[in-house]
Amino acid sequence: MIRDITIGQYYPANSIIHRLDPRVKIVCTLIYMISLFVINNVCGYALALLFLVFVIKASGVPFKFIVKGLKPIVVLLLITVLFNLFLTGTGTILFQAGFLKITDQGLRTAVFMAVRLVFLIMGASIMTFTTTPNALTDGIEKLLHPLNKIKVPVHEVAMMMSIALRFIPILLEETDKIMKAQIARGADFESGNIIQRAKSMIPILVPLFVSAFRRANDLALAMEARCYRGGEGRTKMKPLLYKNRDYMAYAGMILYTIAVVIVGRVLSFHVWIF
Amino acid sequence: MSIKLEHINYIYSEGTAYEKAAIKDICLEIKEGEFIGIIGHTGSGKSTLIQHLNGILKATSGELYCNGKNIYEEGYPMKELRNYVGLVFQYPEHQLFEVDVMKDVCFGPKNQGISPEECEKRAREALELVGLKEKYYTRSPFDLSGGQKRRAAIAGVLAMHPQVLVLDEPTAGLDPKGRDDILEQISMLHKRTNMTVILVSHSMEDIAKYVDRIIVMNKGEVMYEGKPKEVFRHYKELEKIGLAAPQVTYVMKELKEKGIPVSDDATTVEEAVEEILRGMKGAVK
Repeated sequence: MIRDITIGQYYPANSIIHRLDPRVKIVCTLIYMISLFVINNVCGYALALLFLVFVIKASGVPFKFIVKGLKPIVVLLLITVLFNLFLTGTGTILFQAGFLKITDQGLRTAVFMAVRLVFLIMGASIMTFTTTPNALTDGIEKLLHPLNKIKVPVHEVAMMMSIALRFIPILLEETDKIMKAQIARGADFESGNIIQRAKSMIPILVPLFVSAFRRANDLALAMEARCYRGGEGRTKMKPLLYKNRDYMAYAGMILYTIAVVIVGRVLSFHVWIF
Repeated sequence: MSIKLEHINYIYSEGTAYEKAAIKDICLEIKEGEFIGIIGHTGSGKSTLIQHLNGILKATSGELYCNGKNIYEEGYPMKELRNYVGLVFQYPEHQLFEVDVMKDVCFGPKNQGISPEECEKRAREALELVGLKEKYYTRSPFDLSGGQKRRAAIAGVLAMHPQVLVLDEPTAGLDPKGRDDILEQISMLHKRTNMTVILVSHSMEDIAKYVDRIIVMNKGEVMYEGKPKEVFRHYKELEKIGLAAPQVTYVMKELKEKGIPVSDDATTVEEAVEEILRGMKGAVK
């Protein structure tokens, strides 16, 4: 039932992308996202697509999994495209019906916006598909480490994040179990009006909260029993260390960035001339 | 009145990276009034199997007949099936939610559409049966001890008067007395009302003591099926899959090896005592 929902959807495989340092993946994803918003011509997007296809191929994650990740943003995508399409005022008018008009500029922005969003989600989901939530928080902690100097409790925030992520599947499973148990006792979650349905959630929510607090309590005790005192002076069992492949990934990213900048410059130069 | 499973398969998270076949090609028949024990290693598919019995999990393929009717057919009244088959999950105390014990036990019967007075009557009966004292009826279920919570939760299912009672490790984490109490009561109920009982347990002693028929699960498949004596005869194979025969069976086997004339298939202490007395008499003569 509820267990079929995949959150923090990690796809276990043993590809080069999976083995990269999480920091590399976070930084590269960020650069890639920024590049998508800097690019404003077809050649640039072709480059972005090429890069994306290359990374997807290298990651070994089946394409249909990545496409599945686009489902939740379909509505957002439609709204963006429609607004841009009909409400961009400037440019040559291609089509007009009442106050709605499609201009060539509007069409251009709409298409670029759609491509941007799709690439953005695909790029980000490649990161979550190839990095375990724990590795991700480790990477974030290390990247944000300099903020410690200005008294930001980086370690504590990262710890909270990883605990929260760890608890999502546990609580999902717990919800599933409690739901089944109450269904077995004849509970009905589907019929009735909205108030009745909200009421019928009580037999799930009460045990769920009780169990969440119990688990939190147990975890805190277990951590204290093992002398957890926060981040100060704490070392890692598996410290993050850059390897050759990580430097190569950075180099690849730099190449991509340069290519994007050059393509942008050259093309705008052409546009300038003609 | 019986439940019949035909070639039931169940696959978790089908179509994702975590796809896993939990049970494979299960064919079983559970007759009215039987007391069945299901044993198996952790992860062998016991819990998945029993969740099919009241339709909470729908088999990926295969058919399940309840009293001759296919429950996967469209329009089958699932609610009736759930009234007919009562399921007590593992750690049922985690499902308690009401403000007091009495109300919580009434939750099931109330959902069946039974009048409040009748609900309370049934709840009292059920609570008495599981041995929870009256002074606890008005307390919050969260103030009870672990064992008392377990009893209250089992009572919550018993109050629905199921004709088939399925218990998934009802005694896990209880003290020996609590364990014996609960199983004795259920066994009595089984004898008195001819209720079908299906017990999932890791205790070979409990299984040997109470059940008429054992089903051994291994890696999602039924490995053995039969009377306790027959099944425990395969103790060497059972050991290979992380199970065992009851301890007393091992004692009897060693006695026999030492040359004492006893048969080695006793599975309960009472049987063993009888068998040893008989053997000794034979020796004296």
